[in-house]
Amino acid sequence: MLKYLFEKEENIPQGSAAVFFGVSAIAWFIIGTGLGSFNAAKLAFPDWFHGLYALQFGHMRQVHVHAVIFGWIAMAFAASMMYITPALGNTKLWSEKLGVWNCLLYNLGLCLALALLWSGVTSGREYSDHVWPIDLYIAFIMVLPWCLNVWMTIINRRTQGIYTSNWFFAACMFMTVIVFLVGNLPEFFHLTGLNEAYMTWWFAHNILGLLITPVAAAITYYIVPKITGNPLYSHRVGHLHFWSIVVFYSTPAAHHLMSSPLPEWLKSFASVEGVLILVPAIAYVCNILLTMQGKWRMFVENVEIKFTITGVLLAIPLNMQGGFQQTRAINWYIHGTGWIVAHAHLALLGFSTFAEAAAVYYGMQVLLRRKLYSLSLANFHFWTLLIGFSLYWISMTIAGLIQGAAKIYEVPYVDVVIAEHPYMIVRWLGGTMVFLGNIVWLWNMYMTARAGDEVPVGRQPAELAYGR
Amino acid sequence: MAFREYKIGCYMFGFALSFSMFVTIFLPGVDISSVSSTELALDKQLTYGHESGFAYEDPFLQGHGKPVKVVLSKDPATGASIDKTTAYVFPAGTPFPSGLTHTKILGEDVKLLSESLGKIDQASEEAGAVFLVQTNDKDVPYVENATATRGWNSDAVLKAADETIMAGAGKTMFVREGCWWCHTLLPEQTQDWQSFGRPPLLGDFNGESPTTFGSDRKAPDLLHVGARNSSKEWMTLHFFNPRLVQPHSIMPRYDYLWGEKDASGNTIDLAKWDEEYMAYTHGESIYPPEVPEYSADSEARYLIDFILNLK
Repeated sequence: MLKYLFEKEENIPQGSAAVFFGVSAIAWFIIGTGLGSFNAAKLAFPDWFHGLYALQFGHMRQVHVHAVIFGWIAMAFAASMMYITPALGNTKLWSEKLGVWNCLLYNLGLCLALALLWSGVTSGREYSDHVWPIDLYIAFIMVLPWCLNVWMTIINRRTQGIYTSNWFFAACMFMTVIVFLVGNLPEFFHLTGLNEAYMTWWFAHNILGLLITPVAAAITYYIVPKITGNPLYSHRVGHLHFWSIVVFYSTPAAHHLMSSPLPEWLKSFASVEGVLILVPAIAYVCNILLTMQGKWRMFVENVEIKFTITGVLLAIPLNMQGGFQQTRAINWYIHGTGWIVAHAHLALLGFSTFAEAAAVYYGMQVLLRRKLYSLSLANFHFWTLLIGFSLYWISMTIAGLIQGAAKIYEVPYVDVVIAEHPYMIVRWLGGTMVFLGNIVWLWNMYMTARAGDEVPVGRQPAELAYGR
Repeated sequence: MAFREYKIGCYMFGFALSFSMFVTIFLPGVDISSVSSTELALDKQLTYGHESGFAYEDPFLQGHGKPVKVVLSKDPATGASIDKTTAYVFPAGTPFPSGLTHTKILGEDVKLLSESLGKIDQASEEAGAVFLVQTNDKDVPYVENATATRGWNSDAVLKAADETIMAGAGKTMFVREGCWWCHTLLPEQTQDWQSFGRPPLLGDFNGESPTTFGSDRKAPDLLHVGARNSSKEWMTLHFFNPRLVQPHSIMPRYDYLWGEKDASGNTIDLAKWDEEYMAYTHGESIYPPEVPEYSADSEARYLIDFILNLK
């Protein structure tokens, strides 16, 4: 990839930026889940690896979070956008060269950002842990060139309308930049007190709600019709999804602080808006599942569809939890417990990761023009991911309910720690399965590039039989 | 092509997003900013200083540029004995908290009193200052600049102090070491009263940054921990190795915050300590090894001072 940095634009093969981002995403996924597994081991067996002071839990926890969000999820999004946006506009990516530079500077910036977090240089604000110089780097060097490529590709498209996925891509990148710059105002201008606390969660909520969830959904809007050959069930339901994301999903930030002394009107408002996220959620899930009409066998036979539809099905419990767990009636019980940790992993490791993994699987085959090396390894990856995630989600949900019960009955805290111990072990095993599955994925992708069967021009990878 | 045929959509999108931000940022911002500092907020600002996370004065979060909280029983200027008084010492060059440098943080009444009675407008960061938290007869709290009102300068106050509490530097340790990933600083309004104490109020946070509420409670809430357990000896053992005092704890050991030397200047050998401790856990010795006493300028001291100061 590095050889394209100083190459003329016309000499860079189409899809280079997407491949670069895709490979980086898988690598960061392995690093991020590896750290997650390591951290989980520490929560089950705190004296394990004692003496390895460089890997203290309090320093590594945020490195795990940002490695998976900025490394895996965001880079998989970038990879997807870099090939889906031009494909839907019947054109080329605006600038492959910018894309390749973007990916290089993205990787370097992320290394620097994680190294700083690792050494304890932090703003002390969850999800916006990065210090403000890094925030500016992320916004202007990592995200803005990516936005530019997406927007310019859409502007230079050779189709009449803009397809659903591309509205989402363009709007979500815009909202991400705004959310990033506005959400970090407390650091740029040293806002303090409850304003700082509220803005921290405004950022955290909106970066999830306006970047991660809708972009993952937009990817499935491309993958499912493309691979099944069915047109999207309804363009209008897509509209409903899009507009209700913008209107409802951008407003319930305060529901993350339901038990803090924020103004009561704000909490009530956020709570009602929080239930309304069911509007985009239901519109989206129905739209995709109805698109599958008549092609459900592909859920079993086709590995990309298997990943995508599993992600979409996981969006059902995700949004049911998300819509209702933040109401006062439920939130007081589960706030701050493992339930929330489980919910966060349902969003990121469940719904979103499965959708992106499909996009990376599919994109790599299309861009490299190589059929996936091994279906068995891909299935192995799928099941380690699904079983590992399920173990994690179930164990953390149970741990959260234990914590919730202990909270009401005011049980001495150490008894909660003792009761949670078995679930901490299961969580660690689940996370480790995900990590190991990802290593297999990287190997499978490497072998696809090296030894996958060539896909003839004009054919889809899904149309070819597996060679082995 | 461009976005031409999407003109109405673009306007609608811009309107929707701006309106959303107006309701969720501007309105709450106005509401929250109109709240006056409580006495607790004044105490926290003066204890923790300008910023506990990344800042110019302390880019690597080592506890630099933070005020010192002291307890006095005699007047540092005259030497006369006085009631036990808590003072907040900002040695020359220590940045002031937002409440003293911004116009809106203290709240109208608190600011008025702090200026008329407390003379905070005469304090300067370059020269350093000593502050007190006072309340008037109507229970309105205010900040008094004791350097202007009583002639207390920071060196004399530090010398006359009965007790110095490095809680400002300690909060930086709390942020850097990620204590708040497991310990919240936010007893919940619904059911935490009995074990973790009073939940905070609206004005309790003015000027504090970051607030480190924490979101994922894997350990007890610490907002009032100093009121539940004020034993420095217990804290020392617990931070060095939590399993010395709580066998089921899953907290990491913070023995590395002791630094190279202990209080009497002896070198601390963590590897040897761990070896002896493992022998103890395997039943090969009856007592665990002795925990070294932390030195006065160690990071462990800062952190323990911060924790014990959470009343």
